Amino acid sequence: MVIKSESDSAPFPHRHLLSCEKLTAGEVNYILDIADKAADINRQVEKKRDLLRGRTLINLFFESSTRTQSSFELAAKRLGADVMNMNVSTSSVTKGETLIDTAITLNAMRPDIIVVRHHAAGAVELLSQKVDCSVINAGDGAHQHPTQALLDALTIRRAKGRISGLVVAICGDILHSRVARSNIDILNTLGARVRIIAPSTLLPAVPERLGAEVFTDMWKGIEGADVVMMLRLQRERMEGSYVPSSREFFHFFGLDHEKLARAKPDAVIMHPGPMNRGVEIASTIADHSRSIIREQVEMGVAVRMAVLEALARSLPQHVPNS
Amino acid sequence: MSTREPATSKKPLAFINARLMDPDSKRDEPGGLLVKAGLIADLGPHLRRNAPEGVEVVDCKGHVLCPGLIDAQVFIGEPGAEHRETLKTASHAAAAGGVTTMVVMPDTNPVIDQVALVDFIQRRARDNAIVHVHAMAAMTRGLLGEEMTEIGLLKRAGAIAFSNGKSSIANTRVMKNVLLYGKDFGALIVHHTEDPYLSANAAMNSGEVAARLGLPGVSKTAETIVLERDVRLVEMTRGRYHAATITCGDSLDVIRAAKKRKLDVTCGVSINHLTLNENDIGPYRTFFKVRPPLRREEDRVAMVRGVASGDIDIIVSSHDPQDADVKRRPFAEAADGAVGLETLLPAALRLYHSGELPLIMLLRAMTVNPAKLLGLHSGRLMKGAIADIILVDVGEPWVVNKDSLKSRSKNSPFDEAKMQGRVLRTVVAGETVYKYDGIERT
Repeated sequence: MVIKSESDSAPFPHRHLLSCEKLTAGEVNYILDIADKAADINRQVEKKRDLLRGRTLINLFFESSTRTQSSFELAAKRLGADVMNMNVSTSSVTKGETLIDTAITLNAMRPDIIVVRHHAAGAVELLSQKVDCSVINAGDGAHQHPTQALLDALTIRRAKGRISGLVVAICGDILHSRVARSNIDILNTLGARVRIIAPSTLLPAVPERLGAEVFTDMWKGIEGADVVMMLRLQRERMEGSYVPSSREFFHFFGLDHEKLARAKPDAVIMHPGPMNRGVEIASTIADHSRSIIREQVEMGVAVRMAVLEALARSLPQHVPNS
Repeated sequence: MSTREPATSKKPLAFINARLMDPDSKRDEPGGLLVKAGLIADLGPHLRRNAPEGVEVVDCKGHVLCPGLIDAQVFIGEPGAEHRETLKTASHAAAAGGVTTMVVMPDTNPVIDQVALVDFIQRRARDNAIVHVHAMAAMTRGLLGEEMTEIGLLKRAGAIAFSNGKSSIANTRVMKNVLLYGKDFGALIVHHTEDPYLSANAAMNSGEVAARLGLPGVSKTAETIVLERDVRLVEMTRGRYHAATITCGDSLDVIRAAKKRKLDVTCGVSINHLTLNENDIGPYRTFFKVRPPLRREEDRVAMVRGVASGDIDIIVSSHDPQDADVKRRPFAEAADGAVGLETLLPAALRLYHSGELPLIMLLRAMTVNPAKLLGLHSGRLMKGAIADIILVDVGEPWVVNKDSLKSRSKNSPFDEAKMQGRVLRTVVAGETVYKYDGIERT
């Protein structure tokens, strides 16, 4: 049973959203344009629409999440879908079921869209091959997190009016970051100049092949940046294994006023959250007037609505095989 | 920095009638040298007989005037084992041996693995030491080989390089990350190369002598395994690596190959491994128990050739004071280590007198080479350079008497050894900190 997209001339001719690597500028802008409107609707009292009425969305999160899961739930509900949240700790996954068996089981429940987060890179794509519905990657290991990159792009576009030609410095744990990989892809597609800043221990081998300019000195890497995007550093990685201590990390790679002063005077500050204040970002910077971290969360709902809308146009309009 | 400040208030000092030797410029000629405000104000043949008016004049009587020695591996007991050695006593031993800069190792109690402890060493050195002192900081916490230290902050605080002291890092991943992380800060990673599993419980080099003495031995392979692994990691990370003390020809081959591949790899050798071999242990003499252990004569010869070819970059004393308590034990139970600050130069001169190495080559490995490795501006006879200089009588015969050693510990393998050549005067930042007046004091 194969479900085809309506046509290849559709503005977003994909059944799944698994990665940002192959999205075209046209596809990204299409989603951002829908999201832009959704963001305005979200600021009104009446937010509900019925685009997804009768559809079922399953949030399947193998890794805990607050903002991604809740914003998908909210986005789907605002579009009229039924939402089921699968909490992995109470599911059969903990009883030893394999990923593929879980996928087949869920597929039998005939959902329309499954949103998946998994700790292993490639797991979401594997799952997508076993189901008949649309699959959205909500983060797979250190690989991709497409909706985060789309919401970051929208936030930048709304703050700066454009993305093309901007210097975006992404700083922190690049090695383990799916947010960084997705952002590098999308920002490059949209014509930004991307820099990555990290100690060598938090960079992959041959980091320049990711499509960004590489810096191990933050003072240099942040010079003239329009956007400074900080990444979260996991606690277990800052105790002598990848970096010696949170103190040293903050000193050399944390965003403080001194380093921010090297960026452009109107540079905006971003963070995908959750933040470690005093580790990758000074508390006063997180609350700075140029911080657009809260806007990122707001755009999260709008972008997820846009992604659901774009995918919904590819969903079959009749039951294919009953 | 803990370097001694130039002695600006001192009266200018003129050395006349000297044999000026500077390995950096390859200068070896009769001449004189003028010290003003702690710096070398002028030098050359034109000063051979003429000193300006109103200066203190030292007649060198044709003896060698060269840069003070830089010893990149000195173990001390401060903090934690001041009964063995303090920064003060070590610095007096250094001055008497012509060592004007010593790098102290982090194997103390507590281990020098925090910024506050680097500060402590620098403050104590400033207040008590009569030569320049630089701290080498630990590269892993507690020297345990597991979690890396705050290399960036430690370097900023003045740590001159990073070492895991007398132990090798067994965990390859930790070693890789130290090299990789250190690279971002330009940190020099100095590693003791001895596989901890192969060398566990070893008392000496494995081989015929160990077999006869019935002592547990460690093969030189324990050294080359770690060294080869490290070189592979340097190739992968492009870090800055220095093998602290190599001891055998096989290691030299590894170093040579690494240098050929243009890796940032250097190495040192201790004066013990250049001048002694495992036969010196004789009837279980624990003063010859060092780590890594003394090897065979052919290995010693290979080390000498390594210095001659330049593949071995520096010579260190590996000064390691141990008290009688831990040395007067059965050989296998005795502590490792030998004092060496005061005998470094006289022992090295043995190689000169035996014709094994030219004097300028020996000096190069103890002056300008360690200076370049550590990023110091000393170690050269140069106008404007800090006046760290020594006057050496390379011919004076004497016998080492451990009771005359200035080090607080007396565990010298050269006790009662006949030496030829000694330091007559040591000048640190323009100030005379040691003068030999022909009388041995006890």
